[in-house]
Amino acid sequence: MSGGVFMLVAGRDLRLAGRRRFEALLPVVFFIVAASLFPLGVGPEPQVLRQIAPGVVWVCALLAAMLSLNTLFASDYQDGSLEQMLLSRHSAIFVAAGKALAHWLLTGLPLILAAPVLGVLFDMHATSILIMVAGLLLGTPVLSLLGSIGAALTLGLRSGGVLILLIVLPLCIPVLIFGAGAVGMVDMGLSASGHLSLLGALLLLSLVAAPPAAAAALRISVS
Amino acid sequence: MKPGELVWLRGQNGSGKTSLLRIVAGLSRPEAGSISVGGGRPGAYIGHANALKDDLTVTESLSFLARLHDLDSGAQGIRDALRTLAIHHRRHAIVRTLSQGQRRRVALARLALEREPSLWVLDEPFDALDTHGIDAVNRLLAGHLARGGSVLLTSHLALSLPPDLVTELQLPVEVAS
Repeated sequence: MSGGVFMLVAGRDLRLAGRRRFEALLPVVFFIVAASLFPLGVGPEPQVLRQIAPGVVWVCALLAAMLSLNTLFASDYQDGSLEQMLLSRHSAIFVAAGKALAHWLLTGLPLILAAPVLGVLFDMHATSILIMVAGLLLGTPVLSLLGSIGAALTLGLRSGGVLILLIVLPLCIPVLIFGAGAVGMVDMGLSASGHLSLLGALLLLSLVAAPPAAAAALRISVS
Repeated sequence: MKPGELVWLRGQNGSGKTSLLRIVAGLSRPEAGSISVGGGRPGAYIGHANALKDDLTVTESLSFLARLHDLDSGAQGIRDALRTLAIHHRRHAIVRTLSQGQRRRVALARLALEREPSLWVLDEPFDALDTHGIDAVNRLLAGHLARGGSVLLTSHLALSLPPDLVTELQLPVEVAS
């Protein structure tokens, strides 16, 4: 039944996002606009663009994922919904996990779908684009899961948005390194399996550790 | 607290009424002492905030709260609960369009879904309600007490329940310090 709460919370957040489509689209719009500015800034040289593309896409994805983190629990906290979620007979871990899933579906998944377009814009090879998408598929859920801890810890604090960045960004650096590194390996003619395996390991670790940590942080913030 | 008992928690502003209710609900921890609630936790807690989402409809909001607390979330049950608080005519309205009193009615309609004789913890349940709303909540409370439930509430308004059902508990001002 606790799994039902996981889906209930995620489903409600998706429905709410559907009612505020403009706000829901902001992260992916930011992602595309920010990444599109780089060719204008560094010049149209295909070799240079191809070289910087993985880093640019991953940094823009990271910043886009951070963009909506400060609202992850904030509105539920303000209108009393979060109290009701924590008082339900189900573990708060499923609530935190449901919120992280909704964040990934609304932020990470659109970024993954938009990434191949940016890959073409940066003149990346098809294999590199494929590996970049695979990396994003493994890495963006980690960003949402780690972000949920930061969002829960800074709930109700002034300047919480800045604090989230300070807490979460350093934790996300390995994802950035392995994600961009995987594409770099393919470009050098080497296998990206090591980098992708490490991203997979980070995802598993985040899946196990982040929801309990976020749930504990929520309880502290609400009390 | 005994089954069928309603405790009316009273005190000046800042005397700690809401803090005490949050402790009983399990949202906060006491600095000293302990709280023991039969079944582990209260059956329902409704605080100052209504726990409604502006962008959902009344039915969607109440249905979410019902499913969250394992209550009857069927269409008929939700409609009946809203009818208890005389707000069923707005069941398809977006919460954003409701007045404060109507929002309070929707939040309190959740109590009409409760079937167990548990402890209800209510922080100023009559806030923003008109006389008809207050009467509806009083009927809900009386019904809950009659089936052996108990209620701990704060209210700045005088309760219109039979005096033998109500126990007043005045918080001393010192609690605030």
